[in-house]
Amino acid sequence: MQQLTEIVEQALEVIAKASDLKTLDDIRVDYLGKKGKITDMMKLMGSLSPAEKPAFGQAVNKAKQAVQKELSERIEGLKSAELEAQLIAEQIDVTLPGRTIELGGLHPVTRTIERIETFFGELGFSVKNGPEIEDDFHNFDALNISEHHPARADHDTFYFNPKVMLRTQTSGVQIRTMEHEKPPLRIISPGRVYRNDYDQTHTPMFHQVEGLLVDEKVNFAELKGILHDFLRNFFEEDLEVRFRPSYFPFTEPSAEVDVMGKNGKWLEVLGCGMVHPNVLRSVGIDPEKYSGFAFGMGVERLTMLRYGVNDLRAFFENDLRFLKQFK
Amino acid sequence: MKFSESWLREWVNPSVSRDELSHQITMAGLEVDGVDAVAGEFSGVIVGEVVECGQHPDADKLRVTKINVGADELIDIVCGAPNCRLGLKVAVAMVGAVLPGDFKIKKAKLRGQPSFGMLCSYGELGIDIESDGIIELPTDAPIGKDVREYLDLNDAVIDVDLTANRADCLGMAGLAREVGVLNREAVTEPTWDAVTATIDDKVAINVIDAQACPRYLGRVVKNVNLAAPTPLWMQEKLRRSGIRSIDPIVDITNYVLIEYGQPMHAFDLATLTGAIQVRLSDGVEKLTLLDGNEVTVPDDTLVIADDSGSIALAGVFGGEKTGVTEKTQDILLECAFFAPLAIMGKSRRLGLHTDASHRFERGVDPELQHKVMDRATRLVLDICGGEAGPVEEAVTEANLPKPVNLTLRRSKLDKILGHHIPDTDVTEILERLGFAVTANAETWDVVTATYRFDMAIEEDLIEEVARIYGYNNIPNIAPVASLTMSDHKEADISLRKVRNVLVARGFQEAVTYSFVDPKQQNLIHPDAPAMILPNPISVEMSAMRLSMFTGLLTSVGYNQSRQQGRVRLFETGLRFVPDAKADSGVRQEAMIGAVISGVQNDEHWSMDSKTVDFFDLKGDLESIIGLTVSTSEFTFRSATHSALHPGQCAEILRNNQVIGIIGAVHPSLEKPFGLNGKTIIFELELDALLHASLPLAQTVSKFPANRRDIAVVVEEEVSATNVMNLIRKVGENQLVGLNLFDVYRGKGVEAGKKSLAIALTLQDITRTLEEKDITETVDSVVSALKTEFNASLRD
Repeated sequence: MQQLTEIVEQALEVIAKASDLKTLDDIRVDYLGKKGKITDMMKLMGSLSPAEKPAFGQAVNKAKQAVQKELSERIEGLKSAELEAQLIAEQIDVTLPGRTIELGGLHPVTRTIERIETFFGELGFSVKNGPEIEDDFHNFDALNISEHHPARADHDTFYFNPKVMLRTQTSGVQIRTMEHEKPPLRIISPGRVYRNDYDQTHTPMFHQVEGLLVDEKVNFAELKGILHDFLRNFFEEDLEVRFRPSYFPFTEPSAEVDVMGKNGKWLEVLGCGMVHPNVLRSVGIDPEKYSGFAFGMGVERLTMLRYGVNDLRAFFENDLRFLKQFK
Repeated sequence: MKFSESWLREWVNPSVSRDELSHQITMAGLEVDGVDAVAGEFSGVIVGEVVECGQHPDADKLRVTKINVGADELIDIVCGAPNCRLGLKVAVAMVGAVLPGDFKIKKAKLRGQPSFGMLCSYGELGIDIESDGIIELPTDAPIGKDVREYLDLNDAVIDVDLTANRADCLGMAGLAREVGVLNREAVTEPTWDAVTATIDDKVAINVIDAQACPRYLGRVVKNVNLAAPTPLWMQEKLRRSGIRSIDPIVDITNYVLIEYGQPMHAFDLATLTGAIQVRLSDGVEKLTLLDGNEVTVPDDTLVIADDSGSIALAGVFGGEKTGVTEKTQDILLECAFFAPLAIMGKSRRLGLHTDASHRFERGVDPELQHKVMDRATRLVLDICGGEAGPVEEAVTEANLPKPVNLTLRRSKLDKILGHHIPDTDVTEILERLGFAVTANAETWDVVTATYRFDMAIEEDLIEEVARIYGYNNIPNIAPVASLTMSDHKEADISLRKVRNVLVARGFQEAVTYSFVDPKQQNLIHPDAPAMILPNPISVEMSAMRLSMFTGLLTSVGYNQSRQQGRVRLFETGLRFVPDAKADSGVRQEAMIGAVISGVQNDEHWSMDSKTVDFFDLKGDLESIIGLTVSTSEFTFRSATHSALHPGQCAEILRNNQVIGIIGAVHPSLEKPFGLNGKTIIFELELDALLHASLPLAQTVSKFPANRRDIAVVVEEEVSATNVMNLIRKVGENQLVGLNLFDVYRGKGVEAGKKSLAIALTLQDITRTLEEKDITETVDSVVSALKTEFNASLRD
């Protein structure tokens, strides 16, 4: 027994001194291995009397456990020190930039169109597209603008010939939709339109979104309501809005809509009105049964107001330094 | 239309401020574009008379004057104006006066002579009248009177942007009527002594096209004095309407034009031969207009003619030969009603747009001509003297526009407005507008007025009622509509999704003009005809694009010249391909195009920065294709395109239909587009791209997968796609993964050949594959490759 105690003490001593896992493993083999010093003690059992055996066995097991426990703790300690060292060695500067693909962005005009589509999409308006090279029926005649109507002169149309032109408004899409679908109709038509005008405040191409709602009881108060909601949503502000009588050949009554700008001046942002009965008739819709409202807005104007763009022409220069501001 | 506020207030003077007035008319639909003061801010300027005017002893160009301003003493003023002379009535800025620009008048000495004030020019008072020297006031100007008051300079010019339907407001009479309606105020028309003929002279009038000219009035006035000055009040009113004073006769016709909106014309009687005819042009006759330009008058255009031929474009422009000059003694005044349809579009076609044509094509009140002829004659007699003959009239009553009878239904009014306006308001508004109204139980019978050409249908009345009632007094209501769900096809890929993929991959969206420089486009699509705009903004913006290439490449060049090293752009929109079979002779196809140039990524501490090549953009394209799920429908096939590198160009096919093209830009295009280095571009038909397959779920195998790599050596010409397709075919269902992970040329591989390293992943859905199965499959793949492509395994 004396011997056992010594062996344990000895083992604990070398364990304490060991500084790496290899040494500890050697120690384990040396004491607890098949031929280890403590394992060997069990061989002495044979020489003991049956009365001594249980106590001796117990003592050896205890010794084994004590050494094992110390070993395990020491291994655990060393391992965690090693991990600690590894972690310290692996420290990085987390502020270095990551390996990214820089995000691109939508053109601000598209961004505005998508927002408008979302607002009206929630009210059940579907998006319709159409040709940009139009015939005079869809661009003018069906919209109650006869051949010599003074309004034609206001349009600065790009003609290819008297019958074919670049569309001056997206209203042709409304006509095409009404030709093919029956009321109730709720559509918006965004897209490029063209006018022969180029200066500080005009580009020969720009974008419009037009909307149309035709149903049995559509009225002017509702037109006001929907546009009010739209403008409040678009600018996310409770802007002052006014409806001003105006004239479009394809609506009656007609209105222009102004919002109060930050400078205290009214800014025109929309044209709208109740669809003229001649327009409904031209596409075979009975104006006594149905009524409708239509509205149209200039996308660039709205985008400029929303994001503080000062120069209209910036929209079509495609300067990355400009575009990248719109993520 | 510009008009003077104080002139308007002579007609109707509601007690509203200038700001309120312009707000009122704006909100009635006559949009005010601007309100401008007629003179600068100044004070202390009064009427004076030059009572002494002598030469300055030491300065040739200066005069020493004494001015009577009605005070006890005369005032010494040194003046440099050449028109300063004895007896002249002048505008005197007294010592202490403040002129525009905060210019204070002080005592001064000019070359030794004392000067206690200044004689002012129009410019010095901020009045937009061109003149040399100082203001010459009328001889009856009251001495000592404040010049602001005397010249009515507290007035403002109001500019209204009239819509095409409101021709009735193209004169003071109409504007006053409108303001009267808005304010419930009576309108006071000017009065004058009616003219009685004192001579019998007249010119016969022969209206041949009575439909186009339902009424034509002519009157001779003899012995008019063209040298008589136009009175200052008239000159000022004209100036404030944006019209320059020319001679008294032209000024008078312009005056009644602004006053009543009725265009008139004056002929020099001595230049006329025979009767006046109103007829259509014969299509070949030529006419030299008052501006000196000669036009050939198209055959559907109405002319005024005499026995010598056409002398004026009816309702548009006078002729030079018969115009009034300083030598004119006798005149023929014309005051007519031409039908809008006869005038519409005619002047525009000749490149002309006049105050007269502007009014006639929109509609002049057909009841106005006698009154305005009388008014103008009275003004001529008062200002130029002379004797007036009788009014000669040619009229076809049947062709004159009549007031329109309309019925306004209460039900329709409420239905369209969505708001109930009380009966009494409706009746009152319509009556105030000058319409004859009979109110019934459920309707109003309305006879509109001849000056309102825009009243044709019931809805027009509804607008009038709403407009005067006030749009902003109609409430805002949420629309009520039947909730029909719109159709949504899951397999349709939205354009938004495609855009978002590109944005996520670092592309910036561009919007370029749909018309491009035909020269640039020709470099890309030589010999391909494009739609050309006959009247473009400039030649560089005259050809409709045939592809996205021109715009995108121009944008790349634009950005590279602005130090942008890495360019990734895309655009969606239509291309315009002439096609006689298509609507309007052109196919308009929605496209998506993208372009990259420069480095793959910006310089980074831990990434290589390589220049982009074909496979960078092809990867972007493949990620879009990935949205369709049916990626196996897409193939790339080596191709050629005039704008692209012949060895780095591929057609994109879907189900064997070509739907687009991708490639490196041809080096010869780099210079003309200002491209700096390698640029890769693609274009794809959107309609062919935007439909996908719905996902069809397959059972996921529970058994392990096995990977086997093979390296096969094939001829350079053998395309990777064909090799992969063959492997896929032979491998059948067990082949669940296939990846080409290396392409090698060089040592160990014969020249002209390449080695493709391919990983095959094999798996079965029902069992674990044995080594034997795997070897069998790989062997059959290898042997198929050998048969098909003469491929050998690389050692």
